[in-house]
Amino acid sequence: MNDSEKHNMEEVRLMKGNEAVAHAAIRCGCDGYFGYPITPQSEIMETLMEQEPWNTTGMVVLQAESETSSINMVYGAAGCGKKAMTSSSSPGISLMQEGISYLAGAELPCVIVNVMRGGPGLGTIQPSQADYYQTVKGGGHGDYKMITLAPASVQEMADHTVLAFDLAFKYRVTAMVLADGVIGQMMEKVVLPPFKPRWTENEIRQISPWATLGKPATREPNIINSLRLEASDMEELNLRLQGRYREIENNEVLFEEFSVKDAEYVIVAFGTTARVCQKAVEMARAEGIKAGLLRPITLYPFPTVEISNLANKIKGMLTVEMSAGQMVDDVRLAVNGRIPVEFFGRMGGIVPSPDEVLHALKTKIIHR
Amino acid sequence: MKEEIIIAGFGGQGVLSMGKILAYSGLMQGQEVSWMPSYGPEQRGGTANVTVILSDERISSPVLNSYDTAIVLNQPSLERFENKVKPGGTLIFDGNGFHKFPTRTDINIYRIDATEYAYANDAAKTMNMIILGGLLKVRPIVQVENVLKGLKKSLPERHHHLIPMNEKAIQIGMRLIKKVN
Repeated sequence: MNDSEKHNMEEVRLMKGNEAVAHAAIRCGCDGYFGYPITPQSEIMETLMEQEPWNTTGMVVLQAESETSSINMVYGAAGCGKKAMTSSSSPGISLMQEGISYLAGAELPCVIVNVMRGGPGLGTIQPSQADYYQTVKGGGHGDYKMITLAPASVQEMADHTVLAFDLAFKYRVTAMVLADGVIGQMMEKVVLPPFKPRWTENEIRQISPWATLGKPATREPNIINSLRLEASDMEELNLRLQGRYREIENNEVLFEEFSVKDAEYVIVAFGTTARVCQKAVEMARAEGIKAGLLRPITLYPFPTVEISNLANKIKGMLTVEMSAGQMVDDVRLAVNGRIPVEFFGRMGGIVPSPDEVLHALKTKIIHR
Repeated sequence: MKEEIIIAGFGGQGVLSMGKILAYSGLMQGQEVSWMPSYGPEQRGGTANVTVILSDERISSPVLNSYDTAIVLNQPSLERFENKVKPGGTLIFDGNGFHKFPTRTDINIYRIDATEYAYANDAAKTMNMIILGGLLKVRPIVQVENVLKGLKKSLPERHHHLIPMNEKAIQIGMRLIKKVN
């Protein structure tokens, strides 16, 4: 079902992407949100506080004393098999990196929302996509991966919050919703997901038998830990994680294509930038240029196979990001030198305009 | 139908809420809508602006570099957005405090002295609705009844008694707006 069909059937609301995350979290049976305010995502916790879900579903909403604290509260709740989440924006996510690595090492499922802003440093509060490397290449230490969903609409902010929890528990990994300031702050139509009750303790025991809910006489204690001093134990954990990552790569790739069928040139972009590029493609088509757009919805796992296949059919690709060029590396790896892959981007909180993208497509790819 | 609008002015003039009411009105008539505010430092003490798109089809970019209609409520916004109106498009300004006026000849320019009217008639809180009325007179992109429905949907019930006052402000705006070129 596409967005517009969904809108015809259910109650359509108008809200910000950040608000949609909060509502979706309550509705999908999230047990706990732990966060610390930072622009441009503060409306997530503000909306949760306004909604007071502790009075309805029993969900905990807690403002921690810092981002470091939030992520460790998530670790604690996730260790009990609870659906736990946090959200922040770029500088706050940097503070969480140690906790994210520990969550991976302890094989704990959780959801993190990053509404990216311009960096490095405290940077600016305006939109950015410069945390791509940090997210998909591992901002914390060790060989770990996070499933990364890149919403491009307010509807997807809601849908991806629900999907992130599903995937996190399916694979016992962190799932990150990687949005940017535009998607967080803009209002669009949205149909919220249906209400699902929070899991009961019995359900948690079934779904997550590893969870620390109190030891019955019938089994050994469950221990949540990321420390394994024996190298062979640590390698065993790594092999298990890598096996899970290969499964994720085989099963969970999501992407969307726009005007790609007969395209000679394809733009690759995610999130807000994909929306801008879609407009650029519309403008290019109006001028008779056969342009298309491929939008990765999952950044990890990356649509490597699809981009590789596309490279056999088209003349060139342009990757557009709100960064100095990060995802372009993965596009180039997929294309492996068969066709030109160029990059256009703006940094530090500037959103590229459709005109700029079209100009870049012409100068860097078509008339190179 | 697709209308790409920028509304810009000082923080506190009701720029963002005017945009919100337009977006809700579009929602009420079944359109696709997007509302993208400036939320950066410019909003804190300087100018505020919001891009509103109403469309019969899926909206691609919520961020634009040219507009069908620009509503500018202060001098810096006029300077920033006059050149970004598409040829044949519409520019509406409230002349209060302006020392330089729009000069383009390839667009339709309208003046609405809503600030002056609002102060003279103790109606400062509905100033933005007066301007919305002016917009709907020259660009009837949403029907007034859908604006009222949108207000009902977006305002908490305790504020519903203010809706008739807003309707009146829309009517006043429709009378106040004047073409200047």
